[in-house]
Amino acid sequence: MTSTDDLLRWVKEALSAIAEANDLDELKVERIAHFGDKSPIALASRALGALPAGERAAAGKLIGDAKSSVAEAIAQRTTILEAERDARTLLEEVVDISLPSDRVRLGALHPLTILRNEINDFFIAQGYGVAEGPELESEWLNFDALNMPADHPARSMQDTFFIEPAQAHLVLRTHTSPVQIRTMLESEPPIYVICPGRTFRADELDATHTPVFHQVEGLVVDRGISMAHLKGTLDLFAQKMFGDEVTTRLRPSYFPFTEPSAEVDVFFNGRWIEWGGCGMVNPKVLIASGIDPSKYSGFAFGMGLERTLMVRHGITDMHDIVEGDIRFSRAFGVDI
Amino acid sequence: MRVPLSWINEFAQIPSSLSPEEISDAFVRIGFEVEEIELLGEGLKGPVVVGVVKQIDEITEFKKAIRWVELDCGEGESRFVICGATNFAIEDLVVVALPGAVLPGDFVISQRETYGKISNGMICSSRELGLGQDHDGILVLPKGSATPGDDALALLETHDIVFDIAVNPDRGYALSVRGMAREIAAALGTKFTDPASLVDTANFPLSNEGVSVSIDDPTATSVIYVRSLAGFDQGATTPLWMSRKIEKCGMRSISLAVDITNFVMLELGQPLHAFDSDKIRGSLHIRRAGKTRTLKTLDGQMRTLSAEDLVVSDDERPLALAGTMGGEESEVDGQTTAMSIEAARFDPISVARNSKSHRIPSEASKRFERGVDHALAEVASARALELMIRLGGAHHVGTHMSGKVTALPSVEFDPNFASVLTGAVISPETVQEKLEVVGCTVVKVNDSQWTISPPTWRSDLQSPSDLVEEVARMIGYQAIPSLLPPRQVSPGLTASQSRQRAISTFLADRGLVEIQTYPFVSAETMQLMGFSGTRSRALKIANPMSEDAPLLRTHLIPGLLEAATRNVGRGAKDFALFEIGSIFRFGELNEEVIVPGVACRPSEKEIAGIYASVPEQPIHLGAVFVGNSEREGWQGKARSYDWNDAIALVTSILDTCKIEWTIKSSDFAPWHPGRCAEILVAGKVVAHAGELHPRVVAAYGLPARACAAVLNMSSLPERTLVRAKFLGTMPIAVQDIALIVDEHISARRVENALREGAGELLESIRLFDRYDQIGEGKVSLAFTLTFRAPDRTLTAAEVSQMRESAAKLAFEATGAIVRTA
Repeated sequence: MTSTDDLLRWVKEALSAIAEANDLDELKVERIAHFGDKSPIALASRALGALPAGERAAAGKLIGDAKSSVAEAIAQRTTILEAERDARTLLEEVVDISLPSDRVRLGALHPLTILRNEINDFFIAQGYGVAEGPELESEWLNFDALNMPADHPARSMQDTFFIEPAQAHLVLRTHTSPVQIRTMLESEPPIYVICPGRTFRADELDATHTPVFHQVEGLVVDRGISMAHLKGTLDLFAQKMFGDEVTTRLRPSYFPFTEPSAEVDVFFNGRWIEWGGCGMVNPKVLIASGIDPSKYSGFAFGMGLERTLMVRHGITDMHDIVEGDIRFSRAFGVDI
Repeated sequence: MRVPLSWINEFAQIPSSLSPEEISDAFVRIGFEVEEIELLGEGLKGPVVVGVVKQIDEITEFKKAIRWVELDCGEGESRFVICGATNFAIEDLVVVALPGAVLPGDFVISQRETYGKISNGMICSSRELGLGQDHDGILVLPKGSATPGDDALALLETHDIVFDIAVNPDRGYALSVRGMAREIAAALGTKFTDPASLVDTANFPLSNEGVSVSIDDPTATSVIYVRSLAGFDQGATTPLWMSRKIEKCGMRSISLAVDITNFVMLELGQPLHAFDSDKIRGSLHIRRAGKTRTLKTLDGQMRTLSAEDLVVSDDERPLALAGTMGGEESEVDGQTTAMSIEAARFDPISVARNSKSHRIPSEASKRFERGVDHALAEVASARALELMIRLGGAHHVGTHMSGKVTALPSVEFDPNFASVLTGAVISPETVQEKLEVVGCTVVKVNDSQWTISPPTWRSDLQSPSDLVEEVARMIGYQAIPSLLPPRQVSPGLTASQSRQRAISTFLADRGLVEIQTYPFVSAETMQLMGFSGTRSRALKIANPMSEDAPLLRTHLIPGLLEAATRNVGRGAKDFALFEIGSIFRFGELNEEVIVPGVACRPSEKEIAGIYASVPEQPIHLGAVFVGNSEREGWQGKARSYDWNDAIALVTSILDTCKIEWTIKSSDFAPWHPGRCAEILVAGKVVAHAGELHPRVVAAYGLPARACAAVLNMSSLPERTLVRAKFLGTMPIAVQDIALIVDEHISARRVENALREGAGELLESIRLFDRYDQIGEGKVSLAFTLTFRAPDRTLTAAEVSQMRESAAKLAFEATGAIVRTA
């Protein structure tokens, strides 16, 4: 018969050993020693059956209490030691998170593409559509319809690339204005479009010129359109491109396809910058496109994308834009 | 046009309180771009006086010829200076900077000892006075033009402000002091005196004497005056006031006769030509060159004339290219005493063609092309005669004229239209004032109906819009308010625009860098690419930037390769480039294109004809892959780009766009004949991709095995709505199967057979291994088949049956045999 004292001593020894176990392996040894099948408490428990029925209940309760206190101690210690083990493992698995992640290099869009997207989105939000057309274009659409008949001084002013044979009357478009004509031939007012695209003029490549460049033109034809609407649109566009604080200025100028005509300047970074040309669509242009100028009026404007990009981002050499150096595009990523 | 303020001031009262910048701003406000403001005489300070050379003592003991010069500078006693130049003689009038004077460049004149003498001042050259770069020698003034002691700075009008102004092509009249003075006076609201009004043409009436003239081609000339003079003093020189004006306008003083014609052109805007009357055989005629073959122009060039060239001829031969340049045979020279001054209103287009076809952009042609004042010929020729008589001692022999002054059509104008078109509120009074200030005559029929007659120099004022521009620039564009037009509903980007944007962003995300290249290629490049047959042909630019690259690209790869080479040259090793842009398909061009007029909308047939005349220009996407796709690093070895990356580029684009495609091997330049795929959509080839031909790679100096892909974006079907698929949630059953097939059988065929044989419950199939070391021309292909039923868990028996069915069809279709372990 196990004495109560023995039982208490075994429990005490067990608890102490459990508490002193330093890791899960040691705890396992102590669990077997103090709580395993051959431990004194287990043996005592097994001996209960031999007791007379009258004593069995009381002894059973004593042993039961002893077992549950040891079991609880083991469980608690296990939790603690497991947590310690996990913490140690995670500590051992630490990595140098500063190692580079550069197996695959980032790509990039050409900044002109990003700028074009930005401009498209801006004008779409203003209610415009985006019209495009061919780069190799008929002379009639590039010149004649825009009030630039053959021998008009403005026609030789733009250094045009002509395609052989001359009788085919094809040119590399000198502006995206033929897209305006196509739009007017293909649709009825109200017309609200922008025409972004690649254009060509026989200028030698240097720091500020390129024979292949991009324009975005805008065309609005509707009832009651005035120069005030042109001005308001350009003001908003300039703010979108150069920031809210920028101011614009219109200067009288000359284009065959607009009357009145103007140059638009923006005051940016402390100086006036020539940004583009604009004006009220010349009634002759409306007539050639089949639009009645007594009912409708319109405005048009055009800017160089390269110029806008250079001014806005401080690009000083056109070569960077046209040479296809990946370092140039990469410096801009996909969002400018 | 360079125009000095002093000359403008003769006809426009410009307040002296205005700074050059303020005057420049006024020019800009009314549409004249001031390209430069030049401050003449900056850094030049007197005393600088006129001296007469009394005595020259040549000093020869030094290496360089030196003169010890005695001068009378009007001081009562002589002044002695040392001079290193020798282009002057005793009694010549020279310009002497006295001690205390400062010449440009901060050059202070003082009494100094040099060459053993005391030099008490300096005899100046034009250059030293900042008058021009032309003359290195001493400036010798015309005899009698001054007296010793005169202030040379005032005499030479050294201090002035010159505005260099860009004149738009519709404003020919402004290529003159007359035009500029009128404009700036209008801008500043000050008084303007028209110099043309100061000329009295009645002094030189028409008569039968002198050289007569006829207009043989009235389409080319509306009016011409020929005024003949005689007794011109060959020794007469150009007075300083005239030569200085000419020089300040950027031209050179040449001789009195030539200077007078240039002076009148600058002053009034009418180009003139002086013929030596004695060299004219018979009368003058304005005609087309016709069969005449050659003309030697004043610049010494022998010109071959075309039949359409407009010439001034006498009874026998052409004497001048009309409005463009005179000829040597009738040139005024040192022996000329009798002259005929021609002033004409030539047709702008005819002169433009003369100037363009002979490449002579002369001061005269510049003005004629832009349109000269219709009524100016009579006045300007009289003005020239006045000066020939006053300065050259000549007398009028007789004047002939032909044709008549064109009357410009009047414009019906509603004054309210100025407010309507500008959006600014402009009163009728202001509209009238501004139209009158530019020279128009306003006749009011009623409040909304005015008849406006443009002045003779404004042939550009043809429509109400033209008149509104005049009003608007005179009130200033800053007076126009800023408003937004009525807001529309945008259609947004088109489907193809959205797709292009999505694809370019997708490629950038995958590590490709977008570039843009010029679409110009050389014939050698076309050949190097291996383009043959019709593919070897391209459209040609008549006037290319470089004769080396006159062709329009038919393919994106050459431009991309050139850029790749440039990047490699600049140190890049591993990269992928892409470009999206038009290519230009070669086609036989229609040589009988209709060019409709512009007086109304062309007919639908004409429009269709114009559209059809423009060759097809599909949008292509091209990509080039160089070096490694994954770089060597701490995670492991590098992985190089290969033919499969190029194919994957195309197929992943098609997959993201949900476009069904098939693939075939292909032999297509400039790819490697054994490593090129063509990708088809609906049976049409839309792309080529794979490894580039080693010859091409080597020619561009790129690392071996560079790859490329080209996708014709324009040939892709339009976006259609994607229908959602049922997503089963029942468990999947996975089966692997390895097949041995002949190595010539494409994996795609085997996969297709398995897919078909596996039946409807096959959810996906994927090739996970390819083993080519088994010999006998066989390869092993291993696939994972994943099955799922929509409504139940599949049984082992079912799955095994489907696997067998797949294997059976693969065997039937391709001869594939299941590989057993």
